Amino acid sequence: MATAKVETGAAGHGAEPRGKRSDDGQATYLVAIAEALWEEMERDERVYMLGEDIGAYGGAFKVTEGFIEHFGDQRVIDTPIAEETIVGMAVGSAMEGFRPVAEFQYADFMSSGFDEITTVLSRYHYRSGVPLPVVLRGPSGGGVRGSSFHSINPEPWFAHAGGIKVVCPAFPSDAKGLLKSAIRDDNPVMYLEHKWIYRRIKEQVSEDPDFLVPIGKAAVRREGSDVSIITYGAMVHKALEAATSLEAKGISVEIVDLRTVYPMDEETVLSSVAKTSRALVLSESYRVLGIGAEVAAVIAEKAFEHLDAPVERLSPPNLPVPFSPTLEDAFLPGVDDIEAAVERLSTW
Amino acid sequence: MTSVQMPQLGETIVEGTILKWLKQEGEAIARDEPLFEISTDKVDTEVPSPVAGTVAKILVAEGETVPVGTELAQITDEGASEEASSSSDDAAGPEAPASSEAAAAQGSGPDTPAAEPASPAAAAAEVAPAAPAAGASDSGDAASTTSGGGLPDRGPRSKILSPVVRKLAEEHGVDLGAVTGTGTGGRITRKDVEAAVASGVTATPAATASPAAPTREPAPSAVAGAGEEIVAMSHIRKAIATHMVASNQTSARAWTLVEANVEHLVRLRERVKDAFADHHGVKLTYLPFFVRACVDALQAYPMVNAKLQGDDIVLHRYVNMGIAVSYDQGLIVPVIKGADGMNSVGVARAIADLATRARARELRPDEVQGATFTITNPGPYGSLASVPIINQPNTGILSIDGIQKRPVVVDDDAIAVRHMVYVSMSWDHRVVDGEIATRFLARVKQNLETWDFAEDLGL
Repeated sequence: MATAKVETGAAGHGAEPRGKRSDDGQATYLVAIAEALWEEMERDERVYMLGEDIGAYGGAFKVTEGFIEHFGDQRVIDTPIAEETIVGMAVGSAMEGFRPVAEFQYADFMSSGFDEITTVLSRYHYRSGVPLPVVLRGPSGGGVRGSSFHSINPEPWFAHAGGIKVVCPAFPSDAKGLLKSAIRDDNPVMYLEHKWIYRRIKEQVSEDPDFLVPIGKAAVRREGSDVSIITYGAMVHKALEAATSLEAKGISVEIVDLRTVYPMDEETVLSSVAKTSRALVLSESYRVLGIGAEVAAVIAEKAFEHLDAPVERLSPPNLPVPFSPTLEDAFLPGVDDIEAAVERLSTW
Repeated sequence: MTSVQMPQLGETIVEGTILKWLKQEGEAIARDEPLFEISTDKVDTEVPSPVAGTVAKILVAEGETVPVGTELAQITDEGASEEASSSSDDAAGPEAPASSEAAAAQGSGPDTPAAEPASPAAAAAEVAPAAPAAGASDSGDAASTTSGGGLPDRGPRSKILSPVVRKLAEEHGVDLGAVTGTGTGGRITRKDVEAAVASGVTATPAATASPAAPTREPAPSAVAGAGEEIVAMSHIRKAIATHMVASNQTSARAWTLVEANVEHLVRLRERVKDAFADHHGVKLTYLPFFVRACVDALQAYPMVNAKLQGDDIVLHRYVNMGIAVSYDQGLIVPVIKGADGMNSVGVARAIADLATRARARELRPDEVQGATFTITNPGPYGSLASVPIINQPNTGILSIDGIQKRPVVVDDDAIAVRHMVYVSMSWDHRVVDGEIATRFLARVKQNLETWDFAEDLGL
């Protein structure tokens, strides 16, 4: 079936994502995600993609550029603006043996399919005994002046559902390995790509088509001895920046990148806190009942004897993400806020 | 209703002791009228009432030590009650700079208030200002009641034991009463316990004693034996004791002595002292001359005007001269800030002002901090030479002892009677060596013997 041809000449258009790496072979976070999708689509015919503008347009952020030309419109499906239907299609096709990867143009719109995600998708395995290998993916997070409709961090809502794993990579290599793991997982996974990271961070990424990063395992991004920062997503990069200035002040910070928000890798988190005795939980999701609240509770409960100071959370307030740049910067935890929190903890 | 709280009289002060309530419950008080006297590690001072009104409730008793911010009293206010700062007032009028004068004018006769230090400087209160040997005073070592938890009260947070501290202490058998907390407010941190473990502290208190305190028995009971009288150490006395011991344990103290011929200074002072007092309103003692001579020498030998900070020697490009002042209860060292920018008149005025307010317990905390060098003057009491203890973190302390007539050898090997004075310095051998220390003193001597101080007095 003929598809609308897109103009040639546009950079990388129609090309396999791997062609979009930089000259030194590094891939941005966005390209790493595209590579994962491409490789899994090639590996397993049952994998298919659906979402708004992912086909002819190549995706709002151009993640899926070139896919429809290569895989055809039966496996790269442009849907109407109807998130509940997108999830419903994914659920239905998964019941029939397919392995859908459903894209949400912005993670904010996932809530339009809230019931289908939480009541149906997350509980179906329990109700029927049939696992549903569905991946829900979409760009989450703020810091790009996207305002309150395009900047949400929805991980607390869907981690809370109980039947969906929630994954939030911070680095390109993890982005690729975790998406591949998510697609190969027989159960539902929500894969949140932080849009701030898309084109800002790049690194060497494996070209091995079987390169996987396990879901449910955190990574220690920086070793330290005075304070542990447990975090994920774009905040990992802020924490790393803060850690450099803090080092100059004589405070040694350890940074644990959760990578998977639910289920959390408690072992890595707790052993870091046992080492430093001081924990700062840094999450871009809201403070009240956000991911930080859960991590802090686990630390307080299971690492109590190791604590030399109360567990602190650093998160934005439970408010709409502001549009004004000044307000958004005040809203999000910044490098200064992280430094201040760590200094507070280290002198408690 | 206005709440009166324990003020913070310095950045690192975390608590204070109520020494005396100047008003009782039910008494009226005017705004800015002194309400109570407090004592901190740095200074004792009166605190004025922020509002006019009646003292409704006194919540903290005399002698109690409480953290900064604790509510001390409540005043029902009348009329406007603007928040006033609780820092102390400045001195009322200038009085004779008794102590400094007594310190310098050994020869000035008994009619001057040379005995000032021995006389009650103000009303009956047994208060005496603190000896502010800088760094050591911030540890919150004030006398206060021992907690019911069995740990000595070493700061407002010294009794907070975090889970990991308790766990480690139990695992390793550490007596937490023997551990000094380096955390905020004196809290014992995990690192403190680990350090204690590493240095071999165990649960047996006797084994943990520092060399300076060979036994860990509690303070001797206050029961006088036959022919004995027990005097409890005042807060100030304890602070001085701590600082003096710490100073000697910190500096590698050495001492050098020179003798200066101050005949011309004595004659000058005799000649001009009345005119000076009339013109400037303050008495002229010898101390300004010594300060000026010393300031010049400090600028010529900046290493003596320095402090050791870790492995760095911090040289000051200014001179803040501490002047040790003695009272019946102890010692205080007010500081002449920027003494290097003053002539003798300025120094004389500064000394007069500081001494007056020191006696009236009206010095501000910043006026007893920041000295880069210190002068002490025990001469008036009759000493020939003294070995003072360094006022940390200074590198040296100059002692000016008694000016006395002595037979000395003058030009052509004749013997004459001249007013001579021994000037000596205790100095820290970590920072300077004997050559510098001696050259410094020689410069002080040279200045005293050769400068035309009349010019410096503007006469």
